[in-house]
Amino acid sequence: MSRKGFLPLGQRMAEAGPPSWPHGLQWLEQVLEGLWAVCLVVLRRLGLVGRRLVVNLPFFWLALFFLVPFAIVLEISFAESDFGQPPYTPLFEWVEPSALAIRINLGNYTFLLQDSLYILAYLNSLKIAAISTVLCLLIGYPMAYAIARADPRWRPALLMLVILPFWTSFLIRVYAWIGILNSDGLLNNFLLWLGVIGEPLAIRHTEVAIYIGIVYSYLPFMVLPLYANLEKMDRSLLEAAADLGCRPIRAFLTVTLPLSLPGVLAGSLLVFIPAVGEFVIPELLGGSDNLMIGKVLWDEFFANRDWPVASAVAIALLLFLVIPIMLFQWAQGRQQERRT
Amino acid sequence: MADDALNQPPVSRPPGPAAKPARPNYREPWQDPNAQPYVQIVGVTKTFGPFVAVDDVTLDIYRGELFALLGGSGCGKTTLLRMLAGFEIPSQGRILIDGVDMSEIPPYDRPVNMMFQSYALFPHMTVQANVAFGLRQERLPAGDVRRRVAEALELVQLSAFAKRKPHQLSGGQRQRVALARSLVKRPKLLLLDEPLAALDAKLREQTQFELVNIQEQVGITFVMVTHDQDEAMSMATRIAVMDQGWIRQTGTPAEIYEYPQNRFVAGFIGQVNMFEGLVTDNQPDHVLIASEEADATLYVSHGAEVPAGTVVSVAVRPEKMAIAGQPPDDRHNAVQGIVQEIAYLGDHSVYLVELPTGRTVRVKAPNTTRMTEMPVTWEDHVWVTWRPDAGVVLTA
Amino acid sequence: MSRGVVLFSALAFGYAFLYLPILLLIIYSFNDSANVAIWGGWTLRWYGALLGNDSLLGAFWVSLRVAVVSASFAVALGTAAGLALARFGRFRGRALFGGMITAPLVMPEVITGLSLLLLFVTLQGLIGWPAGRGMTTIMIAHTTFAMAYVAIIVQSRLSGMDESVEEAAQDLGARPFKVFLVITLPLIAPALVAGWLLAFTLSLDDLVIASFVSGPGSSTLPMEVFSSVRRGVSPEINALATLFVLFVSVGIIIAGILLNRQERRRQRDDQLAYSGRAQEV
Repeated sequence: MSRKGFLPLGQRMAEAGPPSWPHGLQWLEQVLEGLWAVCLVVLRRLGLVGRRLVVNLPFFWLALFFLVPFAIVLEISFAESDFGQPPYTPLFEWVEPSALAIRINLGNYTFLLQDSLYILAYLNSLKIAAISTVLCLLIGYPMAYAIARADPRWRPALLMLVILPFWTSFLIRVYAWIGILNSDGLLNNFLLWLGVIGEPLAIRHTEVAIYIGIVYSYLPFMVLPLYANLEKMDRSLLEAAADLGCRPIRAFLTVTLPLSLPGVLAGSLLVFIPAVGEFVIPELLGGSDNLMIGKVLWDEFFANRDWPVASAVAIALLLFLVIPIMLFQWAQGRQQERRT
Repeated sequence: MADDALNQPPVSRPPGPAAKPARPNYREPWQDPNAQPYVQIVGVTKTFGPFVAVDDVTLDIYRGELFALLGGSGCGKTTLLRMLAGFEIPSQGRILIDGVDMSEIPPYDRPVNMMFQSYALFPHMTVQANVAFGLRQERLPAGDVRRRVAEALELVQLSAFAKRKPHQLSGGQRQRVALARSLVKRPKLLLLDEPLAALDAKLREQTQFELVNIQEQVGITFVMVTHDQDEAMSMATRIAVMDQGWIRQTGTPAEIYEYPQNRFVAGFIGQVNMFEGLVTDNQPDHVLIASEEADATLYVSHGAEVPAGTVVSVAVRPEKMAIAGQPPDDRHNAVQGIVQEIAYLGDHSVYLVELPTGRTVRVKAPNTTRMTEMPVTWEDHVWVTWRPDAGVVLTA
Repeated sequence: MSRGVVLFSALAFGYAFLYLPILLLIIYSFNDSANVAIWGGWTLRWYGALLGNDSLLGAFWVSLRVAVVSASFAVALGTAAGLALARFGRFRGRALFGGMITAPLVMPEVITGLSLLLLFVTLQGLIGWPAGRGMTTIMIAHTTFAMAYVAIIVQSRLSGMDESVEEAAQDLGARPFKVFLVITLPLIAPALVAGWLLAFTLSLDDLVIASFVSGPGSSTLPMEVFSSVRRGVSPEINALATLFVLFVSVGIIIAGILLNRQERRRQRDDQLAYSGRAQEV
């Protein structure tokens, strides 16, 4: 899972802006307008004009390439595995020119329930994602707090330093940990050299390595929403608390912390949801006995070529994530509302 | 020595504020040489880098006062208030409250509470929880907290809104919650940072009276920061006018208005006509000033400790001037000019009269009779006169 | 102050955690030893080897082309979506629309990848398009999930912007498209640049989705790197990573400096305007 793209940087870039066409490019405006006039004629013929086009084009794109695929996954999760191309049986079949047969096969789902491997993988994924989220919070909250309380002149630079690694490749950053955590890796060599340990520690291929990988990769998703929340918090609230006799630590617990909960929620969901379905980190850093559902799905699909089971795994995973995803949407929507 | 004299009220003061109709328990502790000041600000300076926000301020505030710090933005009034609250530490000087040096005491241990300009109500707590917050910090028994919160809400007439969150209240209600929250701890000193700035004009006037009433009921010393002179004049027992980190004058509203000590205060409070001139005659009971600007000799009926030949200003309030078509008998305090502008404002009219020297004089005349026909109109040649006790000599 | 010390050490720990692995990666890309864990002196030979690695170079070109095309499409579609969300108030299907914009931000990539692959297979069976899988399908996939990011950026830029500017333009007689062209577009231009860069790097970085929807001969750079990393740690990948980090850091730092300068110029202009000296100058 690689989401190094960072909205807050984009927003920052977006907030400072030149409000007019550069000199010498004004002719471009005319060219664009001319082109638009031509397009408009064509589009009017097609019944797609103006506002409706602006909504419909992205709407249909997303419907076709985001929504419909889920329906197909659902459909294929009821199919049977087959040795053809594509490797599954069709769900609908014209038995006769006029009769349509529908074959629904629940076998993939009963299979998921019967084989403890899947249930264990789901539970383990949830556990790993939850623990990683808490770890991210424990590291990320103090960072976000420190940046938000830093001198305003330093804040952009400090924030940039959090974002910077995440514009570099996700894969490469996970890869960096392989070299560190290997049994003959840099960490073990260093500890052996120090004499702290006599035997190399086995860290890679364990759950610990997965935690390190996830926390490392997702930390900014925690820090950025928290920072955005803490930074815009009214400082006079803390002064009021102090004025009313509240010591700094209590003021943090009774004022800052409750008010930052929306940021905590947003950050936690941004880490938790993708981490549940993570594939690359358990694949590269974890061991064969560290089951995670993203990896199971990948193996079902690429190694076993069992598309229907892979689809069933995906649908089940979605069911697990429906509540967190809706929570995230609700939080996003509320944030947008407050903004406007 | 001369400076000291200037900082004293004018020597031969005609019946001043003492003639003001006394309120029931009207006291003027600052007049009493034996009175112990409640808040002492001693030589306090605050610098932010090279910027001097508050410059060697010394000020005494007495128990039960409603003291106003008045000035424009950046004059240092808010910094001074924040030093009283403990959010800023003085770079130099000391602050004592009830005889205790506050230098080492953090805001949360000071017997001082503040009402913030933004109110700073905790958005995630109900009105009740906001008001109770300060008492909870003292770990008072729950029953006491409940009782005192109820009392405080009663005082500001918000008992019915106890369970609401701040965003469900109007601006005026929020202001009252903030007031209740800072009063409920019964501080020795309540600080108010622009308490009325966030309210609309109509509500502001009403709230002014409410605040004064509440202050009289609870008897707590208030120190208020404001940029609005009307607010300061109508509410405060005494006002300190601040500019560029200094206190330019401290006094009752009447003193500040009637006897400004310098050009800044005269110009800052209300409106004023100022004429520059040379002192030609200096007697214990009057001063004569020859003013080229006014093209007249000005007579001021109080003494001023300035030798003849000094350049001074004479300040005259527009409402203390009169306008006439005929030259007066006494040629002192009379200037001639042409009416340039007339603003009819119902209860009074404002005339702008241009003198031959090019100076414009502002005259405010009450409209005591119903005006069908204006006695004075545009382009009229008129005389502007005032009484000998109307002017104030300013040397600074 | 003890609070300051605590916060400072939190930051120091956080940044060390973020940067130490990358720093080690960079240092070991100059390591003259095939065994990554052992230091064998300085060398540049892995960079030379990188230039001779045809499969990596080929994959790089595939990735670059995919990224440019999908970023451009994502900006076009994402801008329309952001505009609709920020400016069209309540329209039919808005809730669904909003959901389809935010869901891709958190959707696990294995699900997105699998579902898109199944869509392409089904479409091929039904209408014969897309014929097989390759660069086209990767571009479509990347456009789809990157446009969500662009839409969010554009939407937040627009909602932070005073709508009355656009209304004023209409009031002065500009037709809607003209308003968009001369008012909205210049105002959101920085958001579009940011969105394009974001979409570009998202595409360049994606492994999972591309693995599902790519076909023979259309391996992207992350897919090549992944298969090589699976085989173990190789100094060549270290060299590639170093180049990548260098490239991105320089880009980000330049962007940061430009932004800062622009911000400062704006502040200065504001000051000038307020002090009233603007007319005199």
